[in-house]
Amino acid sequence: MTPPLIFELSRSGRCAATLPELDVPPAELPVELLRDDLPLPEVSELDLVRHYTRLSQLNYGIDIGYYPLGSCTMKYNPKINEEMARLPGFVHLHPYQEEETVQGALYLIYSLQTFLAEIGGFAGVSLQPAAGAHGELTGVLMMRAYHLQQGDTGRNVILVPDSAHGTNPATTSMSGMTVVEIPSDGRGNVDMAALQAACQEHGPRLVGMMLTNPNTLGLFDENVAAISELVHRHGGLMYGDGANMNALLGIARPGDLGFDVLHYNLHKTFGTPHGGGGPGSGPVGASARLVDFLPRPIVAVDEARSSDGEMFFAWRDPPQSIGRVKAFYGHFGVMVRAYTYIRMLGAPGLRRVAEHAVLNANYLLSQVRGVYPIPYDRVCMHEFVCEGQVADAPDVRALDISKRLIDYGFHPPTNYFPLIVHEALMIEPTETESKETLDAFAAALRQIAEEARSDPDLLLQAPRQAPLRRLDEVRAAKELRLRWEEQGQELL
Amino acid sequence: MTVPQDLRYTKEDEWVRVEDGEAAVGITAYAQDQLGDIVYVEFPEVGDSFDQDEAFGEVESVKATAELYMPLAGEVIAVNEELEDTPELINQDPYGAWMIRIRIDDPGQVDALLDAEQYGRYLSERE
Amino acid sequence: MPYIPHSNEDRQAMLKAIGVRSVDELFRDVPEAVRFPTLDLPFPLSEMEARWELETLAEANFSVADGPCFLGAGAYHHFVPAVVDSLLRRGEFYTAYTPYQPEVSQGTLQAIFEYQTMICNLTGMEVSNASHYDGATATAEAVITAVNAHRLKRRKVVLSPQLHPEYRDVVRTYTQGMGLTIVGDEDPGADSSQLADRVDGETACLIVQSPNFLGQIEDLPGLAGAAREHRALLVVVTDPIALGLLKPPGDFGADIVVGEGQGMGAGLNLGGPYLGFFATRMEHVRKMAGRLAGQTVDAAGERGFVLTLSTREQHIRRERATSNICTNQGLLVLAAAIYMAALGRCGLRQVAELCYHRAHYAAGRIDELEGFAVLRDKPFFKEFIVHCPRPVREINQYLLDEWGIIGGYDLGRDYPHLQDHVLLCVTEMNPRQEIDVLVEALQEVTE
Repeated sequence: MTPPLIFELSRSGRCAATLPELDVPPAELPVELLRDDLPLPEVSELDLVRHYTRLSQLNYGIDIGYYPLGSCTMKYNPKINEEMARLPGFVHLHPYQEEETVQGALYLIYSLQTFLAEIGGFAGVSLQPAAGAHGELTGVLMMRAYHLQQGDTGRNVILVPDSAHGTNPATTSMSGMTVVEIPSDGRGNVDMAALQAACQEHGPRLVGMMLTNPNTLGLFDENVAAISELVHRHGGLMYGDGANMNALLGIARPGDLGFDVLHYNLHKTFGTPHGGGGPGSGPVGASARLVDFLPRPIVAVDEARSSDGEMFFAWRDPPQSIGRVKAFYGHFGVMVRAYTYIRMLGAPGLRRVAEHAVLNANYLLSQVRGVYPIPYDRVCMHEFVCEGQVADAPDVRALDISKRLIDYGFHPPTNYFPLIVHEALMIEPTETESKETLDAFAAALRQIAEEARSDPDLLLQAPRQAPLRRLDEVRAAKELRLRWEEQGQELL
Repeated sequence: MTVPQDLRYTKEDEWVRVEDGEAAVGITAYAQDQLGDIVYVEFPEVGDSFDQDEAFGEVESVKATAELYMPLAGEVIAVNEELEDTPELINQDPYGAWMIRIRIDDPGQVDALLDAEQYGRYLSERE
Repeated sequence: MPYIPHSNEDRQAMLKAIGVRSVDELFRDVPEAVRFPTLDLPFPLSEMEARWELETLAEANFSVADGPCFLGAGAYHHFVPAVVDSLLRRGEFYTAYTPYQPEVSQGTLQAIFEYQTMICNLTGMEVSNASHYDGATATAEAVITAVNAHRLKRRKVVLSPQLHPEYRDVVRTYTQGMGLTIVGDEDPGADSSQLADRVDGETACLIVQSPNFLGQIEDLPGLAGAAREHRALLVVVTDPIALGLLKPPGDFGADIVVGEGQGMGAGLNLGGPYLGFFATRMEHVRKMAGRLAGQTVDAAGERGFVLTLSTREQHIRRERATSNICTNQGLLVLAAAIYMAALGRCGLRQVAELCYHRAHYAAGRIDELEGFAVLRDKPFFKEFIVHCPRPVREINQYLLDEWGIIGGYDLGRDYPHLQDHVLLCVTEMNPRQEIDVLVEALQEVTE
């Protein structure tokens, strides 16, 4: 049973908030501009608390259990970060306050820019983008602006591997450019012959390439240096999708690997919560060539206003900036969390994060091998992809395995991505999970493979141990009931 | 997969029923099977003209979307409004559920379309 | 080691199972020349040391909790009831991902569905998505929606000069590769009534803000007429708190309503994370970007919710998607939903009235001061323009240094014709006593 909607709890005259009496003489209201009615719910504070508490109990989160959702880096979100983000001296800062009143915050932003530049091997960082996809848009617009500034107006092609996140091609189109897809080879790397051919064909029109490394198969592209060399030789730039940075902290710096621009995901790599879909934060790092194109503004030291040992921090617009990608400066609240995380781990801690993320993934891979097919079976990075198929159980699909995992108390892996793997199950353990958890998860996967042969209905009818059974997505897309209406509820 | 003899086909898995300089266009049984439960068709406006192979609309299931391409250059003279409310007809009766009717610009283009035998062979090559 | 549970025995057993001798061996694919760099980062801190450092940084700021604040301009100091943060901090909401697996995500999905409904009710629109990053990016997405609603056949966009300057900047950044012509704000001093003349048969949309950046309530019926005449979409950027009192833009024929939802349950946070709400009419639902929750049933016939119309989105449509957005502002959506439900029908109206009456009280008192004049050529809601006898920067410095007051926004920054004009904001967080203190302080400025 799902709970009633908040509107169904509404009773005329209730209110869950108290507000002060009017303490000034009332002004005349512009009657012709006033609304007649405000159809919002009317509930008591206790009803409200119970309603959202009940809703929360229908959710699964990292605080409840194992969440191996590939590509999403569902690691533990430290509680101290939440406390720090709620310090009144951070929460109650207005974005347009004078710089001298927010020096603590600007110091934090400046430091985080510096930390991320160091971790990624870049000349500069902007913290403005609000999410990974937003960082991608920023980075691609920067590459475009760079070429235009060079007087190179004929470039409009971006190379994207067939294993890429959908955001890569979508970003390319959004920026007014054309996607050329590059296939993967048998080892899961970019197909070098195809890349060579594409570079030759599109050379003078090449803006650059978008590459996720480790890629979405969880594999470190063995030819990354050669790829970067090839693209650069044809006048293109390298965009790095930093979704998988968790594998690279202290292991390799994307700037050193030849990337000109990269977005970080603070909500994946740096432990800030995903919040059921956001807020994320997608800072962008840029090489010396692109640093002047970062979105405005960034924080810099204002030498003129600094004095002996006391640095003064100020907002600065990079000289060739592509413009603002959002109002104000970015998700400051998320920055505070990531700053706290990096300060607590330091360089040795960050390297241990990557090492254990990769150790956990390879260990789990070793436990799943032989149970489910592994299409690209080599040492993986922080995640791996297997096929959600069981021999002698032809009706069972990856989705069924995922739904059955719910009955075992686990969140399913990512399904049906990357697109180049048939019935893909993409599994990312993260470093914060213990060996016992991985063993329990592997045991469940083995048990489910057994069930697929002996009693496939257990999978096909799964989940049964969740608040709801499988939902009818076809009906949702056909009927398009996208808001609650007083009439019509009885139809269901 | 059924492939009616009296229709012509494209490699984009559309069928074409040609009558008196006009043609009805839909998607084949194979195409609807690949898409799964169809939930929406985006139509062009009546009166729009398209070149051959130009995208004229789109068909959507829950997890996939496919563009619809003009098998023949021409002007749209009707769209099947019945599919707006009951897109599932495409799954149930793909060769009955026409999407648009067009006035053919160049009857010569018809001859280049696949016939049932050629399309059937094309399908088996892709299996 | 913080947050990593492995014991030495665990590591050894795991390496053995993998078939390697050391963790380093797992990184053989990384080019040796750049493998294992030494990162120059400060020494790691324990939790208590981290707390001390962060508390020191926080205390180095002067916040709106430290003194009266009359600064608005797109980010607002509104009251957040305790229930909001208390509920959204529940780990089940906080540590969940986007609700891809609906059977274990009904909490997030139902909350989004309720949010969508409340946004529709507030704006007078038919459908709301699950939000964008902020008001500015929602505005940029509205432009893209409008261009796609016209099937890319119209490429002209008319912007009001009284649309938030940073929103105009973001629209231009987003669309710089799309080949659009953006007009309307060439003269920052032009009145929005002149925008009607700029709309023609090539115009995809007309964007106006009401209450606008200067706090004024625009003549939406007039502008809606111009848009309708040329079949351009009318995009209205608005303040949800103002909609507690004012007629919703949907009543005036708006096609898309967007805005900054920060005032509904989110702190100021130096500008983010905030909440971009986006609502439109059903005819545009397939051209709208962003996540969308829809109602359906499960296999046992129970009511439930799923993400729907995913075929619009990048993970399916890839290069044919109109936006690359993946997520929404999940926690901010939840905060806004709880906020709207907590205040409800009567409470939000009360907040809006407090803002309105106090702002008008403040405007009246300041207008009486020697040397100050309030511009009153249009009705306003909670922000108003004051002509000052001295540069705004000097006045703000004085207010801060002598009175601990955070003054208003210096309009001369963006509007050359408004040199020495300040935009003051008064909300329910400014009791009469604070306003009276501000008046006293301003009086002193001229003495």
